[in-house]
Amino acid sequence: MANEIFVVTEHLAGEVTESSLELLAMGRSLAATTGAPVVAALIGAPPAAAATLGGADLVLVVGDPHLSEFNPEAHAAVVVALVNEREPAIVLVPYTSIGMDLASAISVGCELPLVSYCRRVTAAGGLAATCQLHAGKVEADVAVQGDRAVFAVLSGSASADDGRVGGAHAVEEIASPVDLSGGKITFIEFHEPVGGDVDITAADVLVVVGRGIDSGENIELADELAAALGGAVAASRPIIDQGWLPKSRQVGKSGLTVKPKAYLAFGVSGAPEHVEGMRDSSTIVAVNSDPQAPIFGVAHYGWVGDLFDILPELTDRLEG
Amino acid sequence: MNIAVLMRPVPDPVEELEISPDGADLDRDYLGYVVNEFDEHALEEGLLIKEQVGGTITVLAPGSADEIDDILYTALAKGADRAVKLGTDVGPLSAHALARLFTDALSDIDFDLVLTGVQAADELDGQVSVLVASMLRLPHISVVTATEPIAAGVRVTKEFWAGITADYEVTLPAVLGVQAARQAPRYVAISRIRQAQQGEGLVEADAVPPERGSVRITAVRLPEAEDGAEMLGGDAEAAAERIIEILRAAGVVQGG
Repeated sequence: MANEIFVVTEHLAGEVTESSLELLAMGRSLAATTGAPVVAALIGAPPAAAATLGGADLVLVVGDPHLSEFNPEAHAAVVVALVNEREPAIVLVPYTSIGMDLASAISVGCELPLVSYCRRVTAAGGLAATCQLHAGKVEADVAVQGDRAVFAVLSGSASADDGRVGGAHAVEEIASPVDLSGGKITFIEFHEPVGGDVDITAADVLVVVGRGIDSGENIELADELAAALGGAVAASRPIIDQGWLPKSRQVGKSGLTVKPKAYLAFGVSGAPEHVEGMRDSSTIVAVNSDPQAPIFGVAHYGWVGDLFDILPELTDRLEG
Repeated sequence: MNIAVLMRPVPDPVEELEISPDGADLDRDYLGYVVNEFDEHALEEGLLIKEQVGGTITVLAPGSADEIDDILYTALAKGADRAVKLGTDVGPLSAHALARLFTDALSDIDFDLVLTGVQAADELDGQVSVLVASMLRLPHISVVTATEPIAAGVRVTKEFWAGITADYEVTLPAVLGVQAARQAPRYVAISRIRQAQQGEGLVEADAVPPERGSVRITAVRLPEAEDGAEMLGGDAEAAAERIIEILRAAGVVQGG
């Protein structure tokens, strides 16, 4: 089917992710424009998992012992073969740890243009997308030349519930279209997250530091404010990657999702991956020296200025 | 193990960005560039592997700007053996064009492993790491947070989400997109960088500017925060007072 909308779904241990359902919702709204069917590829999951993919007209369940856990090499080979065989007009891939291993492989293996960091994809009057670049600081309208493309879509770009609903869909169980023996990558084992000294998901108040904190020594300022508030210190990814705080303190897509009563962000720019893990906090206050920082788009209250002025000021007032 | 590390400059993430007069790009005249932070982690992971099992590290970076020299001399000062500047003066490259530039250059290099950052904030049309791997038909793993050299190749930790990771074994040659090295990228003294500038570790290679891609930006905007925060004006003292009132209203500060 040459005009098909092909959705690459993902799962971990057989559980389909919210990102996959969001893509189905996006696929459905594209289908409303183009009239094309939405076909979901479910690779290596138990066929029963297809039941959750209500937004698809057809679910292709690809079964093979090499596919039961995510394997970047095997899963990419299968998706590339399916896209080459079916020649869909639109391929939607989640911009996640799994999708990152697939989207660019499809682009090269199927000779299709690829648009990353997508927030919105449209098909009326040519394929186009709106993308978030520079960690959410810039929004770009993008036009694709040609009538087929791959879109890697950021999490949270559509409603997962809209992808879950739908009528009775067809489920087709197929064998891998390519021989997967003799692969160069072998899955060994999963590791569950290691517990930390502090459970940031249980705190009522989080003092959260980002790149603006400048050095590991300065985290002490956040510790002092958190102590005065009876809260905990958390951080965005760059702080964890620098080794200034343990992984258990990370808020965001690759870290933890938190919903405290109060979320105080200091020097956190507000990249989409971070916002995904904190947007449902009850009260969000952000301090940043950059008036364009995307964190102000999600915060309830903001102050533009130097965090080194206001952090000690807050601590002093609370202790005083 | 012989390792190639691919590095590229990106607009400084802490700088304010402005839009060009034609509305379809950033205003690059005043833009500061720094090395892509994930590439710094890729280099660090490479240095750690070299310390464990020996071998060489060759760093490649595209462009002719001064920033590229800084990036490459810093890598040499940290312990890379050779740095190759892919001289091309075509302005910002798409991820596909960049990947093509790197794959061409890699054909002249003896490598077992290619390490590069998992992504860059301006990679509109894909990830260089996976594009390079796919163009070279090599296995790849993205979002790598640790590696361990083993007899058969490398054992790799890949991060999924919510703290879940998985280990894989990959035979070489292979390409890894690094999210974070096992430890924070090392610091290097400016004196060591000056020393590297005196040495002969940096070479320039001719690079053919690749063709333009099929994905085109038609407009860029700085998103308005107007639906977002109520902005607190005033100095730090005034703002602190307001924030404490807000925390009181949220029920996390007592009294009043």
